[in-house]
Amino acid sequence: MLPTARTTLMAALDAGWADPRRLYAEGRRARALLDQAREELAQGLGVRPAEVSFLPSGPAALRTGLQGLLFAGRRRGARMVATAVEHSAILTTGRYHAAAAQDPSLFAEVPVDPSGRVDLSALERAVAVPGTALAAAQSANGEVGTRQPLERAHALCRTHGIPLLVDAMASLGRDPAPEHFDVLAGDARSWGGPSGLGVLVVPERTRWRRPGPDSDLEHARTDVEPVIALALAAAEAWRSTEANRPEQSISSSAIVRRLRTAAGDLPDVDVVGDPDNRLPHVLTFSLLYVDGEALVIELDRRGFAVGSGSACTSSTLEPSHVLAAMGVLTHGNVRVTLPLDPIAPTLDDDVSRFIAELPDAVAAVRAHLGASDL
Amino acid sequence: MNPSEDPANPLEVDARGLPCPLPVIRLAEAARNAPAGTRFVLLASDPAARYDIPAWCRMRDHKLHEMAEVSDPSGPEDPAAAGARPRYLRFVVLIGPQPSKAGGTGTGSARSSRAR
Repeated sequence: MLPTARTTLMAALDAGWADPRRLYAEGRRARALLDQAREELAQGLGVRPAEVSFLPSGPAALRTGLQGLLFAGRRRGARMVATAVEHSAILTTGRYHAAAAQDPSLFAEVPVDPSGRVDLSALERAVAVPGTALAAAQSANGEVGTRQPLERAHALCRTHGIPLLVDAMASLGRDPAPEHFDVLAGDARSWGGPSGLGVLVVPERTRWRRPGPDSDLEHARTDVEPVIALALAAAEAWRSTEANRPEQSISSSAIVRRLRTAAGDLPDVDVVGDPDNRLPHVLTFSLLYVDGEALVIELDRRGFAVGSGSACTSSTLEPSHVLAAMGVLTHGNVRVTLPLDPIAPTLDDDVSRFIAELPDAVAAVRAHLGASDL
Repeated sequence: MNPSEDPANPLEVDARGLPCPLPVIRLAEAARNAPAGTRFVLLASDPAARYDIPAWCRMRDHKLHEMAEVSDPSGPEDPAAAGARPRYLRFVVLIGPQPSKAGGTGTGSARSSRAR
């Protein structure tokens, strides 16, 4: 979280604690603060305040967005279409949806190419199937960085009258806000806001309805009250991050290019994702004959916090579905996500040290497995 | 003729029960210095093998001839899968041309595959 967002959060806990539906002064003040946060975020996203709802997290916003499209489109059918690299909030919901109805045709996963970009002709074939209620695509993948061709995906969905749910959880604050969607979901963490705040955008033109009883919260799009202090901190973070985004994008891209070059110089490596059309702050590579868990621990010992999509680092012992869908190596995977500049002022030096130590760390892990000379 | 080029009698690597990346490593060890055209069968139960064996073949110019899921009625009981028969994957790999490692320094191969 940005330091300014943290300051706002602490102040807002004092000012915005009351129930915004109450008529006493504290309640009215809380209402005004919530409305202000909503207006600022709506403006940043290029939509109207009434189209923006706050939910408890990005994945919750995504699931809610999906359920509302499915419910509103129930007369047309119950079939869902999603790219194979979507967030698990989409994929697990879709698989459950099909399994619960004992009808595998109710959920279609659209393949991606080796860079992670969706196969648009396969998407078109999938949304053309009668009974399809919605399609889901992300603006960019948070694991490998590859951006999706949203404008074309949205155009072909529109041709078939299918609403497109866009997951912007990885890109908001790093890339311009998506313009091509019928429902949009985001998470305040991606632009330096606090944990615990998701944003759901349902434009007025979209047919959307939350299943279940009516709610008077958040334009009837949730039954969970938003935490006003989190919404204010998210709006503050958005202001700051959007103001610096062009410079941030240039500096992050330069660091990612350095990291890609350094990773590509390692022996037996798959540097993953589109080399150019990608998020500016994410880099992933997989190393042959390397235990992902051991490498994460070795890098942690040297003071670097990296992620991994390898099976041995996941709670399920399954490798990342994103890497698997792309057909790239899943073991020995390292994912570097660059923090925003105000959060990590020494980033440039840290990256230089990482690049200097990475070959040793990899060699140590390979030697431990007796795989130095394979 | 190398006996392992005989499709009816390939060399077998049993990596069932080993976690990733050990199935790939066991196969690579067995295939070290094997002449082009050698046929290996790898058995692996780790879920990552499904993706990593094809990726290894691509990175090292070997040919993945076959990949099939096998249910093993005679296999040992799998306590994690309550009653279900253990399942594993069976790969058939044809080794491609390999550079000689004679005189290698032991610091790993200089190969690298950049992002495509």
